[in-house]
Amino acid sequence: MTAWRELSRFTGDAVLVASKDLRIEWRARTALGQMLPFAVLVLVLFGFALDANRPTLRLATPGLLWMTVLFATVVAVQRSVAVESADGARRMLLLSGMAPAAAFAGKAAAVAVQLLVVEALLVPGVVLLYDADIESVPLVVATCVAATVGLAAAGSLLGAVVAGVRAHQTVLPILLLPVSAPVLIAATRAFADGFGTVAVDGWPWVALLAGFAAVNAVVGAVVYGPLLEDT
Amino acid sequence: MTAVDLRGAVVLLGGFPALAGVDLSVERGDIVLVRGPNGAGKSTLLHLCAGLLRLSKGNGDVLGCDLGADRAAVRRRVGLLGHDTALYGELSAAENLQVWARASRVGETDVPGALERLGLPPRLRDVPTDRLSAGQRRRVALAAIVVRRPELWLLDEPHAGLDSSGRQIVDSIVEAAAAAGAAVVLASHESGPAGDLATRTVTMAGGALSEGMAQ
Repeated sequence: MTAWRELSRFTGDAVLVASKDLRIEWRARTALGQMLPFAVLVLVLFGFALDANRPTLRLATPGLLWMTVLFATVVAVQRSVAVESADGARRMLLLSGMAPAAAFAGKAAAVAVQLLVVEALLVPGVVLLYDADIESVPLVVATCVAATVGLAAAGSLLGAVVAGVRAHQTVLPILLLPVSAPVLIAATRAFADGFGTVAVDGWPWVALLAGFAAVNAVVGAVVYGPLLEDT
Repeated sequence: MTAVDLRGAVVLLGGFPALAGVDLSVERGDIVLVRGPNGAGKSTLLHLCAGLLRLSKGNGDVLGCDLGADRAAVRRRVGLLGHDTALYGELSAAENLQVWARASRVGETDVPGALERLGLPPRLRDVPTDRLSAGQRRRVALAAIVVRRPELWLLDEPHAGLDSSGRQIVDSIVEAAAAAGAAVVLASHESGPAGDLATRTVTMAGGALSEGMAQ
């Protein structure tokens, strides 16, 4: 009964933080207003860079798409950090007495929702722009979910690490991009199968993505409290 | 009952002793004014009492909880008004307080009453707080403390940015909280109106209570 109550409280707090962040983002439209045009621009510019060569673009589609998502993650996490930094708002999370792990889960969930929105527009975008074909919808969807959870968890964790750093906007990409390299590699491989561009089994790569997400979620839930206190 | 009991409290911030061996005792029902110039350590003292800072040396209990081992329990039971308001600018006053109330597990039903008590006009309650004036945001931040009904009130420059009606409201809220058995610690760089409110005044300089306690 106590465990059930704890779980219910944890879920309630996480939903509270996530809905708060999403409501703020919906009002400000800072992250999505930057992320979506930025992501589309990157895809179009990659197209120019590769000389609009359809076979090459089709082959490079998975990598280009996940590079774009990675850049969008940086923008979303920077915004997530900024929300708590403005006017000492982070103090609300600390003084409220909610479990730091729940706050972390809520912050990461809000980032994940925004990334999923971006991906939901980017995937049809590459189908149109790069003439790519989706051969396995379940694989593409599973890859998006697992990779997004991993990116959101790793990003929220590193966002908390750099929150107290004066130059956090420049430090965050330096930390996040290398840490996210496994996601880039695994998601690209899985998408290569999902888009039928390379003969590879994508599901083991999805399992790797799920493992990355689980590790970052657990580490983030454990260390978010001390990080929140120290910033 | 003692609400705050600091014994030789030292807080080092970046190696600098922001608090240098502070002894302070505050009883429930007390309204203590911590007076001192800028940089004296007043805000650090309030943040320590709120469980937001670690003790570097010394000992301390707040509301019976050890400041070394149980700061999370302290944080759940205090209300802190700092220099910043800790509000989300894109959310309205009512939304900020609803989030705060739900996170703190206190009734959301008190939110309209708290905003009314702080004198925030109804037409401003659904306006994003980043569109309110500094004084109005401060009223909302105080309303958040009212909603929580903490056992220890820690108010840093509580009258800053407020007009005379706002100052009167703050005074009445502080007096009511103390009358209800809460302890109140005010920090101010001048005696001013906060001095009239206090039942006891201590003076800080250079991170230490330099003049002891004066009635």
